[in-house]
Amino acid sequence: MEPVLTRNVGIDGSQTLGVYQARGGYLALRKALGLTPDALVNLVKASGLRGRGGAGFPTGLKWSFMPKDPTPERPNYLVCNADESEPGTFKDRLLIENDPHMLLEGTLIAAYALRAERAFIYIRGEYAYGAKTLIDALREARAAGYVGRDVLGSGWSCEIVIHRGAGAYICGEETALMDSLEGGRGNPRLKPPFPAAHGVYGRPTTINNVETLCCVPFIVERGADWFKAIGPDEKNTGPKLYCLSGHVRRPGVYEAPMGLPLAELIDGFGGGMLRPGRALKAVIPGGSSTPVLRAEECAGLRMDFDALAKAGSMLGSAGCIVMDEGTDMVAVAERVAHFYAHESCGQCTPCREGTGWIEKVIARIRRGGGRPEDLELLDEIAQGMQGTTICPLADAAAMPCRAFVAKFRDEFEHYIERGRPLAAAASGTGA
Amino acid sequence: MSAEDRRAGNEARPETFGPEFARRADEIVARYPQPRGALMPLLHLAQDERGYVSLDAERWIAERLGLTPAYVHGVTSFYTMYRTAPAGRHLLQLCTTVSCMLRGCDRVREHIEEKLGIEAGETTADGLFTLVCVECLGSCGTGPVLQVDDDFYEDMDLERVDALLDALRRGERPVPGAGPRRAIVE
Ligand SMILES: Cc1cc2nc3c(=O)[nH]c(=O)nc-3n(C[C@H](O)[C@H](O)[C@H](O)COP(=O)(O)O)c2cc1C
Ligand code: SF4
Repeated sequence: MEPVLTRNVGIDGSQTLGVYQARGGYLALRKALGLTPDALVNLVKASGLRGRGGAGFPTGLKWSFMPKDPTPERPNYLVCNADESEPGTFKDRLLIENDPHMLLEGTLIAAYALRAERAFIYIRGEYAYGAKTLIDALREARAAGYVGRDVLGSGWSCEIVIHRGAGAYICGEETALMDSLEGGRGNPRLKPPFPAAHGVYGRPTTINNVETLCCVPFIVERGADWFKAIGPDEKNTGPKLYCLSGHVRRPGVYEAPMGLPLAELIDGFGGGMLRPGRALKAVIPGGSSTPVLRAEECAGLRMDFDALAKAGSMLGSAGCIVMDEGTDMVAVAERVAHFYAHESCGQCTPCREGTGWIEKVIARIRRGGGRPEDLELLDEIAQGMQGTTICPLADAAAMPCRAFVAKFRDEFEHYIERGRPLAAAASGTGA
Repeated sequence: MSAEDRRAGNEARPETFGPEFARRADEIVARYPQPRGALMPLLHLAQDERGYVSLDAERWIAERLGLTPAYVHGVTSFYTMYRTAPAGRHLLQLCTTVSCMLRGCDRVREHIEEKLGIEAGETTADGLFTLVCVECLGSCGTGPVLQVDDDFYEDMDLERVDALLDALRRGERPVPGAGPRRAIVE
């Protein structure tokens, strides 16, 4: 496939307006401003674009929930979710640092389609370089008339605000993000009301991931049919960025059509396993909250929303973490559990207590203090967390826990019986 | 630093920000539909200015935005990047999440701890380095990653750590980013 989202990556000066324009940048915005907002929403609907932030919700449909009659007192807002904190995920950073104008153009077109005159880009605090890159690009875009009053003489105005987070994974969850943007702690809110009715400052708001918004200029420029033709079927369309990390020779961000075979990602793009002679053991396909798959479950697997759901996992953020046979799965499970315990916002008891409890039990097993009933206990704790909380972080902690225990039960049992890892899993978790 | 030390320290140090800070604050506030939206950027600004967010800084910001100091402190303490006490000259943040773990961050951590004679969470006696372990930094493809202040140093192995820390000690600042691809830390 010809690179689309990554077409400017690696080109000298790809962050600058000059290079972006020389390569056709901002033509899509001009084209979009000649269409009506409704026509744009329909175009994105027809493309089959689904959100790249994790849940895979159809973008055009989401956009169609926004009110069509905003007023200065009750404006519509667009928020770009650049919080990117799910372990295993680093694709949005690549786009922001290498091609900030593509994100700005996508944001502008989306804002126009949503009848919004203000958009926020919420970027995680650690991405200081990314924030600086975006701010520089924004200054250029404003000077060129793409941002601000009366964009390109269309009569439509749009301001973009770049807002830095400050180190809280939960702020990637859309309602927590809104609280954070308003100057609060990032505590998720109960839904409904949904953001399209009651979002930032109580105003109608749409939240989209960086990669989602970066797809938009291409859809406008090349059409819905072009986009739809990339990918295995009507429900899984478009180019996709896959993040590859762990025990592969060439980790990185790779662009390919939606529905890329996992084997091609690992062996083709990734160059195969890192350490010669070690076979694949397991894959976390879509970021650390998605259930782990054993090597034998990966045979013939495609990386798209529906194929991974069918396989009992999720595409999530397409953060594919690869583990070879030297990996101690109990140690990995502990590290994953630690993450979610650390990042729970603490509002809901099942999540606040459950995430910490899971971590403690797995840590105890690893230190040699495991009890035979621990595996049932882990499952019970996890079950009690699913579907009982304000936001899906509790599920994001419960799902991987259950998958690790169910699929690598022998390794947990060995730890419980002998207080140490199975011989085959003893080396090279990097630990 | 205990809460009491902190209060005492703050009282001893007059902390009101000058007119330049106030001007930049105005600029930020103007970007938001409501003043309180500017709270996080103002906390970042205060931290950039002083190295941490002091109680006085929180009071100043609370007053500017029409919030209570308690509310502002509640926000400061929610986010891991805001520090309520000064760190060493260089803040070393090592990612210890899954992808970095698979690439050997635990060895890197032990090595830094040994080299600096501190444990994660501590500051060296000369005040030069503070080391902390953090959750995923979004550099999973080039892990292990060590963030030094605002810069990411990627593909860290023991040699790269040595070179980096020695350079920082000399007051030099190596170019951040990824290193040459390397074999895993075994
Ligand atoms: C705990 C949690 C963390 C999340 N983190 C992110 C994130 O870092 N980036 C992101 O785009 N979406 C994240 N999401 C998903 C967002 O809530 C939201 O669905 C997404 O930004 C919508 O954009 P999309 O429709 O373009 O995918 C997270 C969700 C949860 C529950
Ligand atoms: S599920 Fe966890 S992270 Fe989400 S709101 Fe409840 S306590 Fe907070």
